Amino acid sequence: MQADVALEIAGRRFGSRLIVGTGKYRSNEAMEQAIAASGAEMVTVAVRRIDLDRTHEEGILHHLDPGRIFLLPNTAGCYTAEDAVRYARLGRAAGLSDWVKLEVIGDQRTLLPDVFATLAAAQQLVGEGFKVLAYTNEDVVTALRLEDAGCSAVMPLASPIGSGLGLVNPYFVREIKTRLHCPVIVDAGVGTASDACETMEQGVDGILMNTAIAEATDPVRMAQAMRLAVAAGREAYLAGRMPRREVAVPSSPLAGMLA
Amino acid sequence: MPLAGRDGAWPHGARRGEEQAMIEVTVNGDVRELEAGLSVTQLLESLGLQPRLVVVERNREILDRARYDGTPVEAGDSFELVHFVGGG
Repeated sequence: MQADVALEIAGRRFGSRLIVGTGKYRSNEAMEQAIAASGAEMVTVAVRRIDLDRTHEEGILHHLDPGRIFLLPNTAGCYTAEDAVRYARLGRAAGLSDWVKLEVIGDQRTLLPDVFATLAAAQQLVGEGFKVLAYTNEDVVTALRLEDAGCSAVMPLASPIGSGLGLVNPYFVREIKTRLHCPVIVDAGVGTASDACETMEQGVDGILMNTAIAEATDPVRMAQAMRLAVAAGREAYLAGRMPRREVAVPSSPLAGMLA
Repeated sequence: MPLAGRDGAWPHGARRGEEQAMIEVTVNGDVRELEAGLSVTQLLESLGLQPRLVVVERNREILDRARYDGTPVEAGDSFELVHFVGGG
C-alpha cells in the first residue's frame, strides 16, 4: 500500500489536509487547543482594525506562532473586488507571506460569493504576485476561470458559510476536482465529521472549516474528530469504494449449503 | 483636553503641554488631536502598540514597516491601523 502524497499548494507542502479557521472560539485558549487537536498546519486569519479602546491582546499573533503554523490571511467581509484587494495587500504587509484566501461576498443572507468580483480580484492579485486561494461556489465554469486566472487553489463551498449543512452538491464538487489541475479545497459548510469524511471521499485535496469546530460543544474533541474524518475520507477515496447496487449480493458462498 | 482620545483617555507617552502645537489626524475612523512632529513609530507607541504587530495604512496607502520611523504624522492624515484577528 502506497503512502498518500502530501497536500501541496503553490510549492508548499502541508502534512495535513485539514485547514482550520480561528474565528468564533469562546477563548483563545480553546482555539489554540482545537488547532493542535486538528493537526492543521495552516489556519486562516482575518484583517481588522485594532480596537484602540480595548486591550491589544486580542491580536491573533499574541496567541499563534507564525513560525510553527502557517497563517493564511483572508478577505472575509469584503463585498467588492476593490475592498478584497485592499484587505489582501494589508494582510501581505504584515510580512508573513504573499498568500491570501480570497473571498468576495455577493449576498448577505447566503454569504454566497460574487463570482464576477472574485474573478476580477483574483486576476488583480495574481498580477501583483499573490498566491491566491479563491473561495467560490460549486460552479464548474467559475472554478475553471479562477484556475485560468492563476489561482493557486480553488475552494468551492460544501454549503453556505457557517450553515453546517454539509456537502449539498457532491456531483459538481467531484466534477470540479476532475477538471482542475490546481488543488481543490472544499471551504465552508461542513457541519460534523461525517460531512468531512464524505467530502474527502469525493477526491478533493483538502477541507477548510471553522464553525463546525468552533461552535461544537467540545471544540477540541470535534477538532480531533475532524482530523480523523478527513484522514478516513482520504483513505477511502484512495482505496476506491465498491460499486453501489440496487440489489443484495450475499457475502457468504452459495456453494456448500446443506441438502 | 488637547490629547484626549474619544474616551477621554490620554495616550501612553503623550505629554501635556500648552506650548505644543497640536494637529488633528484620523485614526481608525476617530479624529484625535496629537502633538505635532510625531513619527508614525511614535504615534503607534503613544497608542500602546508594538509596531512589529501593526500594519499601517496612511491616506489609503500601505506604509512599509521600515518607513515608520522616518514618516512624520501630518495634520489631516488618515490612518488605518490593522492586525490579524480570528477568522475563517
